Amino acid sequence: MAEKRKVCVIGAGLTLFRRRLLETGKELSFEAARMALDSAGISRKEVDSVVLGSAPDAFDGVHMKGEYLSDGAGAYRRQYSRVFVGGATGVFTPVSAWWHVASGLSDVCLAVAEEKMSPLQPHPQYAFWSIFDHDYERPLGTTLLWIFALEMRRYMHAHGIKEEEIAQVAVKNKKNALDHPCAQLAANITVEDVMKSEPMVWPVKRLDVSPPSDGAAAVILCSEEFAKKMTKDPVYVAGCGWNIDSMYWTDRDLYYPQYLENAGNMAYKMAGIKNPRTEIDFAEVYDPFDYKELHHMEGLQLAKKGEAPKMTTAGITQRSGELPINPSGGLLGVGNPIAAAGMMKVCELYFQLTNQAGRRQVKKEVHTGLAQAWGDLMQYSSVFIMKRR
Amino acid sequence: MPGRDVAIVGIGASKFDSTTIAQSYKELTFDAARKAYADSGIDVRDDVGSFICCAEDFWEGNSISDEYAPDQLGAKLRPLFTVSGDGLLGLAHAYMHIMAGVSDIVVVEAHSKLSDVESKDLVEELGYDPTFARIPGVDSKYLAGLEMRRYLEESGSSIEDCAAVVVKNSANALKNPLASYGGELSLEDVLESEEIASPLKKLDVSRPSDGSVVMVLASATRAKRLADTPIWISGISWFSDTPNVEEMDLGQAVYALNSSKKAFQMARITKPTEQFDFAEVDDTYSFKELEHIEAIGLAKRAGKFVSSGKADLDGVLPVNPSGGSIGMGYFVEASGLVRAYESVLQLRGDAGPSQLAKASKCVVQSWRGIPTQSGVTAVLQK
Repeated sequence: MAEKRKVCVIGAGLTLFRRRLLETGKELSFEAARMALDSAGISRKEVDSVVLGSAPDAFDGVHMKGEYLSDGAGAYRRQYSRVFVGGATGVFTPVSAWWHVASGLSDVCLAVAEEKMSPLQPHPQYAFWSIFDHDYERPLGTTLLWIFALEMRRYMHAHGIKEEEIAQVAVKNKKNALDHPCAQLAANITVEDVMKSEPMVWPVKRLDVSPPSDGAAAVILCSEEFAKKMTKDPVYVAGCGWNIDSMYWTDRDLYYPQYLENAGNMAYKMAGIKNPRTEIDFAEVYDPFDYKELHHMEGLQLAKKGEAPKMTTAGITQRSGELPINPSGGLLGVGNPIAAAGMMKVCELYFQLTNQAGRRQVKKEVHTGLAQAWGDLMQYSSVFIMKRR
Repeated sequence: MPGRDVAIVGIGASKFDSTTIAQSYKELTFDAARKAYADSGIDVRDDVGSFICCAEDFWEGNSISDEYAPDQLGAKLRPLFTVSGDGLLGLAHAYMHIMAGVSDIVVVEAHSKLSDVESKDLVEELGYDPTFARIPGVDSKYLAGLEMRRYLEESGSSIEDCAAVVVKNSANALKNPLASYGGELSLEDVLESEEIASPLKKLDVSRPSDGSVVMVLASATRAKRLADTPIWISGISWFSDTPNVEEMDLGQAVYALNSSKKAFQMARITKPTEQFDFAEVDDTYSFKELEHIEAIGLAKRAGKFVSSGKADLDGVLPVNPSGGSIGMGYFVEASGLVRAYESVLQLRGDAGPSQLAKASKCVVQSWRGIPTQSGVTAVLQK
């Protein structure tokens, strides 16, 4: 991909992540967008276009949810669209904002991700019943936990990984989240706590899993010229990638996410990155389940196949380590309002690269950060790389 | 070169019909994709750097309908995403992909399988704000009725003018071999049809249709090599007004006004009435065609313009020569792309019995339907 116009990130905003928030989806979108505008020091007048990300309409029971949320997201009388790639939407929304600006059609694009899972009763998981194939899978009464248990089991089997090794990720991320003001499930726990927690679908246990949440996040992307008016040292979008695999997930080996390798390579090529393991300083990889952090590190080529657990055991992925992974606390610690959770990771890149992460600031000096999300039926990944010059 | 940066180099469509029992939506799309790839002469396995689908979950009956998009397009393990919008919005994103350097060749897809949707009215009702605008027991088209009343009141167009749109578009569709709802109607047929939401009558409303459209877009350098007659997207823009029913400027089509302003600016259109050879505008409801004609500046008094025959196939500015949604059917999110498809046929001179004598530049405009105030305008030219 030949980069034509340089794009910067100049602001980020994030609401609380909680199980049930009293604010409506419109209000959550408004709060995140407002914070992002304030953080950038601009007003809505300067925004040319708005992109929204939000996961299934089934959560809210509102058809064309993007239209419904548009005024809350700041899109009243603006160029506006909603992009939708399942769980990968949160990182994909700023990717879409990138091409709005890179194409030259917008100078300033506001990207908002909102999720309000709580309206669905009795449990948000019911929305996921309708993501399965209408002919082959729905009649089985499949749930998300079943298929992730299959994938986790396959990953463990292929590399001889133990449940205890995977549990370290939950321990690390929930601990990191103690320093995140928006976090829902920050905690000091041990590997033993994870192992003893209630089995959901073996080998997935309660503490291996991120919670359902409500929340919203927003970032502002703009042209380099615009950014230089606002700050001397802007943060750049260095690479974007996305990729989808076949919907027939039963036909492939789940031990390795090839679609993620492809998405990563697309982003690395754009960013001119040849060796991600040494050139990426820290990463926010998608961790709705603890094994997914490891799976995704491997797909992103930040770890060799089967070696992400060893890096975790060695402390390399700690905030103080050589390659910090999920310094924010990730979905396991901060919460998982689907699209907003992905965008939270992009916000974290912005906070870390501009030294605004406070107690979460990683120990080493960072110049290049990567955010990634995963979605659809275990078949999609989006990747966003940001750089400080 | 401005206006000649991005071109449509391949188009494909499945059959368009009120029901397509023998084919799934995937098979319809496979058909359309195969034709579009053959038409452009690309090798989908190597040439395409980005695929874009346009869909809404509730119409699909799947949550995260993006999951189901890749296989029938040949997009497995490739960059693909779904935009929750009309097919023309997909073209807009493809335009940006090419301009941003994502890829030199981009594929856009949109489809409708409305014949599978048993609860079309309920889905429409779920589009309204759950607290303030959903009215149980009232037809979800109430907003269309309200807007029609307001439009007639403010514009000076009459109910007969709206009926004239239906008569014209149904007659145009009779000439279009791809259209399903052609017919010889009289003004009385329309005016005497059953009332849906006063003053909106049954025949003022376009009827559902199935079908899939795939388009291949290319950058200037690739387009010249791939197509004998590249159709340039010389301007494209999109716009959303308020989503709140109580705030809408009903009858004004603010989305069409603003998106056309920007698209025309890009395409250097200063006199739309003179510079376009024909127009494909949204006619989900008959009065919408009139409202849109006025909003994008094709005529000041659209009612008179249509009633006097100026928008006919042999008029000064044919509007909806394809038959529009009233003559071809309503394809939900594919509606805009179906009309872009028809426009490309016209511009290439391949429109068969509906071919216009002069067709080198046109405007295509779409609207997302009730209860939205969102739409896209595109300028296409030879």
